[in-house]
Amino acid sequence: MSMDPSLVAESPGAASKSSDGSSVSSGGGHSGSAAAGRGFAKYALAKLGGAAVSLLMVVFSAFFLFRVLGGDPVDALTRDVPTTPAERAALRHRLGLDQPLSLQFVHYLQGVLTGDLGQSYQYQQPVTSLIGARLGATVLLTGTALVLAVSLGLWIGTRAGWRQGSRFDKVQVGVSLTLWSAPTFWFGMIVIMAFGRYLGLFPVNGMVSPYTPDGFWPQALDTLHHLVLPVLTMTAVIYAQYVLVMRSSILDEKDADYLVTARAKGLRDDDVRRRHAVPNALLPTVTLVFLQLGGVVGGAILTETVFSWPGLGLLAYQALRIPDLPLLQGTFLFFSTAVILANTAADVVYRFLDPRVRHS
Amino acid sequence: MTTPPDTGTPAGTPAPAEAGALRSVRSVVRERRKAALLRFWAGYRRQPAGMAGLVGMAVIVVLALAAPLITDSAGLDVTQATGDRLQPPSAAFPLGTDETGRSVLLLTLWGARISLLVGVTATLLAMGIGTLVGIAAGHFGGWFTGLLMRVTDWFIVLPRLVLAIALAAVLGPSLTTIVVAIGVTSWPGTARLIRAQTLAVEARPYLERARALGAGHWHQMTRHVLPNVMPLVLASTTLEVASAVLAEATLSFLGLGDPARVSWGSMLSRANSSGAVTFGAWWYLLTPGLAILVVVLCFTLCGRALEAVFNPRLRGR
Repeated sequence: MSMDPSLVAESPGAASKSSDGSSVSSGGGHSGSAAAGRGFAKYALAKLGGAAVSLLMVVFSAFFLFRVLGGDPVDALTRDVPTTPAERAALRHRLGLDQPLSLQFVHYLQGVLTGDLGQSYQYQQPVTSLIGARLGATVLLTGTALVLAVSLGLWIGTRAGWRQGSRFDKVQVGVSLTLWSAPTFWFGMIVIMAFGRYLGLFPVNGMVSPYTPDGFWPQALDTLHHLVLPVLTMTAVIYAQYVLVMRSSILDEKDADYLVTARAKGLRDDDVRRRHAVPNALLPTVTLVFLQLGGVVGGAILTETVFSWPGLGLLAYQALRIPDLPLLQGTFLFFSTAVILANTAADVVYRFLDPRVRHS
Repeated sequence: MTTPPDTGTPAGTPAPAEAGALRSVRSVVRERRKAALLRFWAGYRRQPAGMAGLVGMAVIVVLALAAPLITDSAGLDVTQATGDRLQPPSAAFPLGTDETGRSVLLLTLWGARISLLVGVTATLLAMGIGTLVGIAAGHFGGWFTGLLMRVTDWFIVLPRLVLAIALAAVLGPSLTTIVVAIGVTSWPGTARLIRAQTLAVEARPYLERARALGAGHWHQMTRHVLPNVMPLVLASTTLEVASAVLAEATLSFLGLGDPARVSWGSMLSRANSSGAVTFGAWWYLLTPGLAILVVVLCFTLCGRALEAVFNPRLRGR
């Protein structure tokens, strides 16, 4: 469920770059930078306003999805249990479903604002504390996978784009497209079968073994051991898009005049690439990396499901099986909010880092 | 489909009218379309990866369509299964059997029908919404476009799978649910692309001429803008089918598909829940997974080749 890697040519970074002209030199002097500072504040405020609207849309759509479209939660809850009408009415009352929709909405809004996302049906615990308890595992898994995927992707993408048409380029693009085409959960199952069942090298289930001795190092090593296969799976499936994005970005830069100048100065090819081309190609890529965070969340759900990794993705999957609507709604709100905030932060930081966008 | 990217500038097209008597507009148009199609094909043929994708795609589509002719659908019935449970590949079952003794080869062939059907239908839905929103946002201006783009951006940022799961969960597991969930979550990329293209088309002189002649919004959008953005829609569609097939497999794997129908995603879901992984039944895992991979790869290669042909800026990438 990731963005199409082949659409990267329409990237926002590429568009903003072509419109900037020679604005790098235009912002010199005191008055210029002060104006730029004001412009930046205005820009940041506009972005934050946009994020606020997006978050409101998330909150509204969560209510609409789960209370209006979602049908009767009582049906879902009592699907396998024979119940009397009186019991159903009592349950309905306890869940607040006998109130008019407008009143339910007010209660829901109050809840979201005060951090109360309701009670999970299956765990009989507040949704917020369930999410809090699982957050660390997800951050560990996705964080490790993301750092690996981004560094690997940017590195391979740069080299492939720099030597466009070479054997290395062709092989890497082929490998990336193939991995991108593989379903995450299938790749995970293959990895489990190969490394878990046949080779027996790594644990394939959960995050810790039951009988690990106490103490920081044994625990940390055990977690690391459990981390290897899920991280391998997630990295393999998501790094491809970074290869294609970075490769495309380098191709955009390759014929730029400043690279001709750098070569004319007699710089070695490696230096031209590392010191001149990569920094410029990196900025539009960073925006896209953040835009694709939504895909990473999807990858986390699937990887955690296949490896029973006790994070938010597995929580969402377990909620899906019941279906445990408050929990599902909670994870929906949480994932969406996290991605929107990360994107807004990326937009603002990007503007701060790239003088070409800042002054235009 | 057959319209070249710039029908608006007839300078490059041959003018056969001089040769003989007057010709009808229709025949001129047909001539021009044919020339454009040939030019397009010549461009596409120079993309080896695209050709490989096209051939692969054709083979799979033919196999899926021919499944009722070359196999017996009775083998799909669990009660009539003839094999043992999770039997490795043999002469009788070239790709082994599943946990109920059905032939994996048979299931994969029949699964192709559902997987492709869902992929194509969901893509048509997404393309319809995306093209409509994109053209409207590019054609009209003001607060209406602002609103449309706000909604589009929101859908782009939001994690697609999370939204699709939420949608599918509240609608209940079925084939329609999956199509709707994929269609509703995957149009925004197209909408953005189409809007950018629409803005470029709207700036051309012939649209000004149409407006001066009194063409209405609907006429402008369907007769002038749409044919010009079609090539891009086509390229985008091919790529979208790839991700829709992946999405179908994913949602079915999570248990949101129609449990009564065999698709590649539901096969993998059953493989996972029946313990095929720990049993080491690699044949049960490998076949549907590779089928998904190959189909997605073929559609992706075709889409990239189409883009390279339509968008010269991308050529040689």
